[in-house]
Amino acid sequence: MQKLKFVTKEQRDGKSSCCSTGQGADANSSGAVAKALLSCPDAGKNAPRWIIGAVPSPAGAVPQISTAWTNGDRWGMIKSRSGGYRMRYTVAPGLYAVGTPGKDADVFVSANYKLSFDILRRALAGFNAWVLVLDTKSINVWCAAGKGTFGTSELVTRITEAKLAEVVGHRRVIVPQLGAVGVNAADVAKRTGFRVSFGPVEARDIPEYIRAGYKKTSAMSNMKFGMLDRLVLTPMEINPAMKKFPWVAAGILLIFGFQPSGFLFKEAWSNGLPFQLLGLLSVLTGALVTPVLLPFVPFRSFAVKGWIMGVLSVFIATRYLGPTGVQDPILLAVAYLLFPALSSYIALQFTGSTTFTGMSGVKKELKVGIPLYIGAASVSMVLVVVFKLKEWGLV
Amino acid sequence: MKYLANVTTLAYAPDKCAGCGRCAEVCPRGVFIMQDKRAVITDKDRCMECGACALNCEFGAIAVNTGVGCAAALINGMITGGPPTCGCDSTPGSVCC
Repeated sequence: MQKLKFVTKEQRDGKSSCCSTGQGADANSSGAVAKALLSCPDAGKNAPRWIIGAVPSPAGAVPQISTAWTNGDRWGMIKSRSGGYRMRYTVAPGLYAVGTPGKDADVFVSANYKLSFDILRRALAGFNAWVLVLDTKSINVWCAAGKGTFGTSELVTRITEAKLAEVVGHRRVIVPQLGAVGVNAADVAKRTGFRVSFGPVEARDIPEYIRAGYKKTSAMSNMKFGMLDRLVLTPMEINPAMKKFPWVAAGILLIFGFQPSGFLFKEAWSNGLPFQLLGLLSVLTGALVTPVLLPFVPFRSFAVKGWIMGVLSVFIATRYLGPTGVQDPILLAVAYLLFPALSSYIALQFTGSTTFTGMSGVKKELKVGIPLYIGAASVSMVLVVVFKLKEWGLV
Repeated sequence: MKYLANVTTLAYAPDKCAGCGRCAEVCPRGVFIMQDKRAVITDKDRCMECGACALNCEFGAIAVNTGVGCAAALINGMITGGPPTCGCDSTPGSVCC
């Protein structure tokens, strides 16, 4: 198939302007991007760098995308993996072309979270294929399918809007397997005539899946959750917890510094610092250490795993590390009561990120866990009051 | 890795199975396999209640109580008294999974 136009870097960076469409990155559908590119190569300068041109199709122009990642794509991945940027890391929904696909080319469905889209286009290097991006509000396939935005009706809408029945001669779309939580294949077939094949869980297995005649091995069907998979998820556990940490730290200083004679910074510091460090340690134990070492920590319950690691970290810190040495027996009891509970609570949050925990199990953990957390926090508070009363010579 | 035992709400009625193989195709945990043109459960405790199998079983042979399986969402639901939610659907500034 002949390519209509190829926007070069020079054209993209060129100053001359034959039309000021302003289309491109801001366009809300892939079709609008392609139309702008075809009518004026200069429109491409506002288009994202991964759009490298446009290809014709019986249903109009389709933007052609690169299968290579730029540094911008890599930086985007890091930013979106660590915070709120992920909610704005998005691509326009609609149809895209990899290579120069024709009527027989496969159609791969993806989400409009740019990282999901990037991983798919990278996996399609060397192939001629269509990519149909659903509007999932910048959320990945798995989470969006759980919420239903990566779902039957959105897929039906996009197939119809992209005029897929004119673009391709066959009647099959390949949906990522994890999309099956939201996509009812039989329903899609009834409403569009397109048969849904659920492809591999991971886009990187697509080339092998195609070579095997669109057959999945059981390894392609099963979710892996290796140490690296777990590690890249931890920034989203650590960052939200750390946002609350300054308040906790200030609270600790306030409690320890408050004396009958007023607020003493020396007191606040000498007793407050070990507790601040222990607090920091317990957050990291729950949000980083426990998730990374997950299979090696005994018991299946995440709350128990977090608690065990929490006790371990308090033990090591109070025994062997200078700055976190807590001498007073009452404060030591508070440390053992409070911080492992905090680690446990934070570790329990990781159930939302795993590939093997279900709602019924988490409910069970919460039912037992929450009263225990509240109990541990209450007793700790009483103990701190007793400590303060003793410190002030009142008991 | 496996989560808590004997908690999944997965229910399967083999007599309704027509052998289409969709459940085995969609399950990311290998709970269903095809044997003699019928779906068979390998290990129920591997199930994480995602609901892909039940949604894609045309013959109503599978039922599972599915929902957001994360602690934050369930706690949100407990506090607000509403359904479990990550709070990432419409609230500006919220961050989703």
